[in-house]
Amino acid sequence: MDTFAALAHGMAIAVQPMNLLYALIGVFLGTAVGVLPGIGPALTVALLLPVTYKLDPGGSLIMFAGIYYGGMYGGSTTAILINTPGESASMATALEGNKMAKAGRGGPALATSAIGSFVAGTIATIGLAFLSPYLVDIAVRFGPEDYFALMCVAFITVSATFGDSPIRGLTSLFIGLVLGLVGIDKLTGQARLAFGVPELLDGVEVTTLAVGLFAVGEALYVASRRHHTEEKIEAVKGSLWMTREDWRRSWKPWLRGTMFGFPIGALPAGGAEIPTFLSYSTERRLTKYPDEFGKGAIEGVAGPEAANNASAAGTLVPLLTLGLPTSATAAMMLAGFQQYGLNPGPLLFAERPDLVWGLIASLFIANTMLLVLNLPLVGLWVRLLKIPTPWLYAGILVFATMGTIAAKPSVVELSMLAGFGVLGFLMRRFDFPIAPVVVGLILGPIAESQLRRALAISLGDPMTLLQSPISATLLVVALIALIAPFILKGLGRFKANED
Amino acid sequence: MTTESAGTETRARGIDKAGIVIAALLAAVALVLVYDANQIPATTMYGMGPQVMPVVIAIGLGILALANLIDAIRGNLPARESADPIAVLLILVGMGLLIAIIGFGGGFILATTALFVTTSAAFGRRAFATDLLIGAVLTTLIYMAFDRLLTLSLPAGPLERLL
Repeated sequence: MDTFAALAHGMAIAVQPMNLLYALIGVFLGTAVGVLPGIGPALTVALLLPVTYKLDPGGSLIMFAGIYYGGMYGGSTTAILINTPGESASMATALEGNKMAKAGRGGPALATSAIGSFVAGTIATIGLAFLSPYLVDIAVRFGPEDYFALMCVAFITVSATFGDSPIRGLTSLFIGLVLGLVGIDKLTGQARLAFGVPELLDGVEVTTLAVGLFAVGEALYVASRRHHTEEKIEAVKGSLWMTREDWRRSWKPWLRGTMFGFPIGALPAGGAEIPTFLSYSTERRLTKYPDEFGKGAIEGVAGPEAANNASAAGTLVPLLTLGLPTSATAAMMLAGFQQYGLNPGPLLFAERPDLVWGLIASLFIANTMLLVLNLPLVGLWVRLLKIPTPWLYAGILVFATMGTIAAKPSVVELSMLAGFGVLGFLMRRFDFPIAPVVVGLILGPIAESQLRRALAISLGDPMTLLQSPISATLLVVALIALIAPFILKGLGRFKANED
Repeated sequence: MTTESAGTETRARGIDKAGIVIAALLAAVALVLVYDANQIPATTMYGMGPQVMPVVIAIGLGILALANLIDAIRGNLPARESADPIAVLLILVGMGLLIAIIGFGGGFILATTALFVTTSAAFGRRAFATDLLIGAVLTTLIYMAFDRLLTLSLPAGPLERLL
C-alpha cells in the first residue's frame, strides 16, 4: 500500500545519522526543558524554536518531533514528582502520580508513564500515518468556504465548548483574533492596526506572543503569589522497575487511554484535557482497587498518561493534513513550519512527502529514544527539578528573551514581549485560558483569507457558505458547539454546588 | 495552602471592580478596531475588503465586553488570592532594563544579566552580588553557545567585543 511505501521512505530519511542526532538532541532538550516546573510542552517548543533557526527544514522538523514528545514526557515527570502539572492535560497524572511518589512508589509511577507514553505514542503515530492519507484525500476537495467553516469549528471548540467559562474562553480567542489583524493585509497591502509603527507591519510573531504569554506571564504570576505556594519534590525512592503486578494493572489502562486520546486529539476539538479526564474516570470506574484511587493508584497514572500522549499524536492529524492547529502546542508546531515558509496541509503531502513522512517516522524514533533515555536518566531530571526557584525563573526569562532577541533585536519587539507577559499574567490571575489567544493569532488571518477568497469566487454572495454541503454542516456543528455550553450551564451550576 | 488573605480584591459575591475594568478595556479595543478600520481606504473589489473583518471582530468584542460586564456585576469572576505587587514590578523593571540596554547597544550579556538579577530578586533572593555573578556567567555561556556555535546573531555590546 501507499502508506507503507511512504512510511518506509520516511524511515529511510529519519535513520540517517545526522537526523538521528537531531532527534536525540530534540528529545534530550525537550525533556530537559519540559521537566522544569511551570513549563508545558507549548512553551518548550516555543523556547526551543530559536535552536532550530539555522537548521535545514527536514532536520529541524525532526528535532521538533523530539522536542514535542520530550516536552510532554518531561511535563509528566514534573507532575509526578512535585505535583505542579505544567498543563491541564497532566493534571490527572499529578492526581495519582504524586500520591504514588509520596508513598515511595515514584519509580513505578515514572515507569508506567514512560512505557504508557511509548505504547500510546506508537499506536497513535501508526494511526496518524494511516489516517492522514485519507484525510488528505478529503481535504483536497475542500474549497475556501469549507476551510473557513472548519476553522470556525476549531475556534469554537478550542475556546468555548470545553473550558470553565465560554465567555472567558471566547474573550481569549478574540484577543488572539485582534492580534492576528495587526500588520499588512496580504490581499490588498493595506496596513491594519499598525499605528504608523514600521515594526508592526510584519504582524505579531507567534513565538513572541507564546513566549510572552507562557514564559513571562507565568514568571510574573508565580512571583506574584510566591507567598502562597510551597513546592515539595518527592525523592524517587525504591525500585524504578514495575513489578509483575504493576504491569498487569497498567497494560489495559494504556490501551484504553490510547483509545480515548487519539480520536479526540484527531478531531478538531482541541486539547488533551478531555481524553485524560475521561481516561481517569474510566479507570476509576473499572478498577479492582477502588480504595486506592486518590491515594496513588497506578491505573490513574497509566491511563491518563497514555491518553495525553495519544492525543498529542492525534492533534498532528489535523495539523499536518489540514494545517489546523487545535492546541497551543500544535500552534507552535505550525509556527515552526511557517518559519521555513512551509504550510502544512494536503499540498505539503504532495509537494514535500520527504518532509512529512520523515517527520512521522521521526515520531516513532523519538518515542523509542524517550523510552530508552528517560528511565536511566531520571536522576538527572530530578536534579533539574532541584534548581532553586529564583534562579530557575531568572534562567527561564533569560532564555525566553534570548529567542526574541535572536529573531528581532528591536525595542518594539521586546516591548511587545513584555506587554504580552503582562497580558499573560492578568489572564492567569483572572482565569482566562491562554491557548485560544495563540490559536486565534495563528488561525485568524488564515480564516479571514479563506473567507475572502470564497467571497471573491462567489462574487460577494455570502450564501456560498451555506451552498457547499461541507461548509454548511461544519457551520451548524460550530453553532451547536457554541450554544451547547450555555444550555448545559444549568447542569454545570448544579455540579458546582455539589463540591 | 488555602490561606485566606485580605487582599484588595473583593472576595464576596459583589460587584467585581477588576471585572468592570476588563470589560471596559475590551470595549476600548473594539472602538480602536472600528476607528482603525475607518482609516483604511475603501477598495473596489468583489467580496470583502480589508476593513470588514476588523469591524466583525469589533462587534464580537463588544458583545463579549458586555458579557464580561454582566459577569463582573454578578460577581461571577473566580476568586483570587492576594498578589505581591513588588515581585511583579521587579520583573517588569528587569524587562525595562533589558529593553533599554538592548536599545542603547549595551549588548546581550549586560541586558540579560540585568533581567536575571531582578527576576531572582523578585523571587525573594537578597544575595545581589552572587546572583550578578551567576547571571553574568550564565548569559556569557548562552551568548557563546548561540552566537558562536549556532551562529545566531545576538546583539553585541562592549562586553561581547571582549570575548
